[in-house]
Amino acid sequence: MYLRGKVSAKDWGDMYLQENHDIFVEKWGDFMKKNSQKIVKWILIGISVLFFLLMLVLPLLEVIVRALADGLQSYQAALTAENTLSALKVTLIATVIAVAVNTVFGLVASWLVTKFDFRGKNVLSALIDIPFSISPVIAGLAYIMTFGRSGWAKPVIDGINEALGTDIALVFSVPAVVLATIFVTFPFISREIIPVLYTQGREEEEAAAMMGASGFTIFRKITFPHIRWGLLYGMILCAARAFGEFGAVYAVSKARGKTFTLPLEIDALYMAGSADSITQAFAVSSLLVGMALIMLILKNIVEYRGKRNDR
Amino acid sequence: MKRAQIKKRKSIIPGFGLSMGITVAMLSLLILIPLASVLAYSFRLSGAEFAELMMRPNVVQAFVTSIGCALAAAVLNCIFGTILAWVLVRYEFPGKRLMDGMIELPFALPTAVAGITLTKMYSDTGAIGRAFEKLGIEIAYTRTGIIIAMVFIGIPFVVRAIQPVLEKLPATYEEAAGMLGASRLTIFWKVIFPEIRPALLTGFGLALARGIGEYGSVIYISGNSEKNGTQVVSYVIMQKLNSGNVDYEGAAAIALVLLILSFVMLFAINFIQHIASRRTNV
Amino acid sequence: MYVELKNINKKFGDYEAAKNISFGIEQGKLAALLGPSGSGKTTILRILAGLEQQDGGDVMIEGRVVNDVPASERGIGFVFQNYALFRYMTVYDNIAFGLKVQKMEKQKIRERVQEMVSLIGLEGLEKRYPNQLSGGQRQRVAFARAIAPNPQLLLLDEPFAAIDAKVRKELRRWLKEMIEKVGITSIFVTHDQEEAVEVADDILIINEGKLEQIGSPIDIYKNPKTPFVAQFIGTSVILDSLLGFKGYEDIPNGKKVIVRPEFVEAFKSDNQKFAKMMNAVEEGVIETIVFRGSYLELTLRVKGVRLTTHRSLERRHVEIGEKMCVLLYRVYLFDENGAQIRKNELLKGIDVEAL
Repeated sequence: MYLRGKVSAKDWGDMYLQENHDIFVEKWGDFMKKNSQKIVKWILIGISVLFFLLMLVLPLLEVIVRALADGLQSYQAALTAENTLSALKVTLIATVIAVAVNTVFGLVASWLVTKFDFRGKNVLSALIDIPFSISPVIAGLAYIMTFGRSGWAKPVIDGINEALGTDIALVFSVPAVVLATIFVTFPFISREIIPVLYTQGREEEEAAAMMGASGFTIFRKITFPHIRWGLLYGMILCAARAFGEFGAVYAVSKARGKTFTLPLEIDALYMAGSADSITQAFAVSSLLVGMALIMLILKNIVEYRGKRNDR
Repeated sequence: MKRAQIKKRKSIIPGFGLSMGITVAMLSLLILIPLASVLAYSFRLSGAEFAELMMRPNVVQAFVTSIGCALAAAVLNCIFGTILAWVLVRYEFPGKRLMDGMIELPFALPTAVAGITLTKMYSDTGAIGRAFEKLGIEIAYTRTGIIIAMVFIGIPFVVRAIQPVLEKLPATYEEAAGMLGASRLTIFWKVIFPEIRPALLTGFGLALARGIGEYGSVIYISGNSEKNGTQVVSYVIMQKLNSGNVDYEGAAAIALVLLILSFVMLFAINFIQHIASRRTNV
Repeated sequence: MYVELKNINKKFGDYEAAKNISFGIEQGKLAALLGPSGSGKTTILRILAGLEQQDGGDVMIEGRVVNDVPASERGIGFVFQNYALFRYMTVYDNIAFGLKVQKMEKQKIRERVQEMVSLIGLEGLEKRYPNQLSGGQRQRVAFARAIAPNPQLLLLDEPFAAIDAKVRKELRRWLKEMIEKVGITSIFVTHDQEEAVEVADDILIINEGKLEQIGSPIDIYKNPKTPFVAQFIGTSVILDSLLGFKGYEDIPNGKKVIVRPEFVEAFKSDNQKFAKMMNAVEEGVIETIVFRGSYLELTLRVKGVRLTTHRSLERRHVEIGEKMCVLLYRVYLFDENGAQIRKNELLKGIDVEAL
């Protein structure tokens, strides 16, 4: 009777209770054999969904809930506080400059690495990727030790400042924040473009060069269309990392309300320790969560468009 | 003389000199020269001072904590990352697109935000923390907490490394093995695992490197207690930059050792990769 | 000579891609660089184009040394192996690219591109992108793009490699016709001897970076100058010796023997046509019979060695295991010094070619 049709959970229960146990074991074995693929599938999906919810979704909800813990009014107050606005400004400056600098670097370096053969190419590629494998704290440290009070490049900078009549400091200042941000995001764009250009090969460029096209024309007309989606993708990742950087910036930025970025402001609010300030920290965090989600959405759009535009 | 002239022009594609110049200049100014300063600074310590610093209990413990937790997190990430990548590539289920799109959240979410959020979630006032506390397990302010933070920031590395490999692996591949009568477990270990192993190693290496150097997401949940052994190396370095008596030489020395350790580990992974690929290529 | 290479050398690390290569091509000729893969033929083509720089030696075009002339100023059209069409440009823009770079007037560009498009017979497809074209169409576009700026020399790197076998034959004929129509001196690289024989006026055989032989297809086939050419061209069997074969008793030791199918005749013992030559006949047994479409390929075991011959379908039926009379008209003998033809001593005075 159990062989006909689908066996429901209730049937299994009945069988277990009413029939003799051996039959249950036998049928269960058959069922497992027949459906093991499905069972494994749903177990794996279950693990994934659980991991996804616990590790990725729940933290986002946590931020929102805690940010709104004291009501909308104090949420708004936290976001419009002078320190927050200053931090937002510094964050945006650092992000825009870091993306711009690394875009230039990424385009030039990936062109160099993929279109030419030269000695030391592997070493150069490895050096470009260094910031990936380095603690951001070391990045901050490196700038302090170069441009800081007792850094060896301090006299050089002083000299330049004197000659230009400027007063630029490369540590504990907004330029320092920018530099540290550039450091940690340095390889982001080149790393996205290099694989694209490798698969594309060199023949199109060679063909264009044979016809006498200039380097700039070749880049603009031939190479660039291949990498525009990769470039955009890299820029998005770079921006996301730039506005979220903490360790490197923390080392070179000490003045709250002047050189602090949003993550540093969050740290300051959180470490102040009072229930109010912690809620404010989460309020500011929600701003960054929003920015992160926008970046994720952009990233997915670019990925989708890029795949569709693949020629 | 003519020969030298010939050697110079290597490629027909123009722009070699210019792009080489820009690349090397930017790389040197922004990355290499500052890093060299760290090296130079750490050499200001004498050998004996250097040894004494490295043997200090809190420094040793910080290295043990950072590397141990990063290793544990990287292993966990390999397990969960493989499952996630597999599920995302092979199965259809509601919400899959969303899940796929959100995998990179830990890349995009600022580490400080992740840090304070995870801390609150897993501390005794947070939802998950409370549940575990009832079971007598403390997560926040222990090494377990550090590992969780490192799993969070490392998971996209593994998933994104494996996913493209699985996508290229045709389902017929497993079917062929299945037709030959291999069990599911055998199919995984003998057929699929060798295919994803290089990517898995890459993901492992990236997650490990990120974990060892991680600062923002870890320092809140760790509690930074010397007594509980929850100080990570990045924290110890930062401390030497912040506390009343600034110790640049010490910070540089520890940073240097951390750098060397990271490179050795990356090198080791590349080496394993190399050996493994040679074996399968023959 | 219109195009000339003099003592060209090129090394990539330890690998010698070109060893002292010298040759010349006359104006208006279509030449093939033929050799196995890795023989250095593509390198020679790229040196000629200026895409690679030789370590030593001179490249001359129209009597002018062009060693230091950049590729773009050598007046060369180049068709890349995978065509290297600009993937993000339409057919029109691909063909127009070289003209735009030369800053030609817009109107003239339009006329020239139209002319090219109708030459290659792709009218109406100007707005398509390369990925919307078939392999054969892409090759036509690559050809048009290369010749649009009116180059004096056309170079093609494995022009048929990326096309499936069926279309390949048709395209070969098309390309030969086009090149004759345009009247441009052309050199192409191939590893396919059939292709070279069918298309080229002159064949240059390259092996391990050395030029083995240059000549017309027939000449190379009939008079191979080196052991490599003898084996590479045509299908052949190589033997260590012809011990005991009638008419070849005096072959010196140390010479290897190349036997082509057309050097071997197998016939039934009652065939009167070969009556005069029965003194040179050996006995052979048919081991395999393969139907090759328009003829049969027989493998015979003769005196302990295997020989291959072709048999017309018009002749009498044969079977595996059948005993046949086998004649060996001639062979190539070769050692490290070179190759030479050796006729069967016993058939001297008989006009074998008249059969």
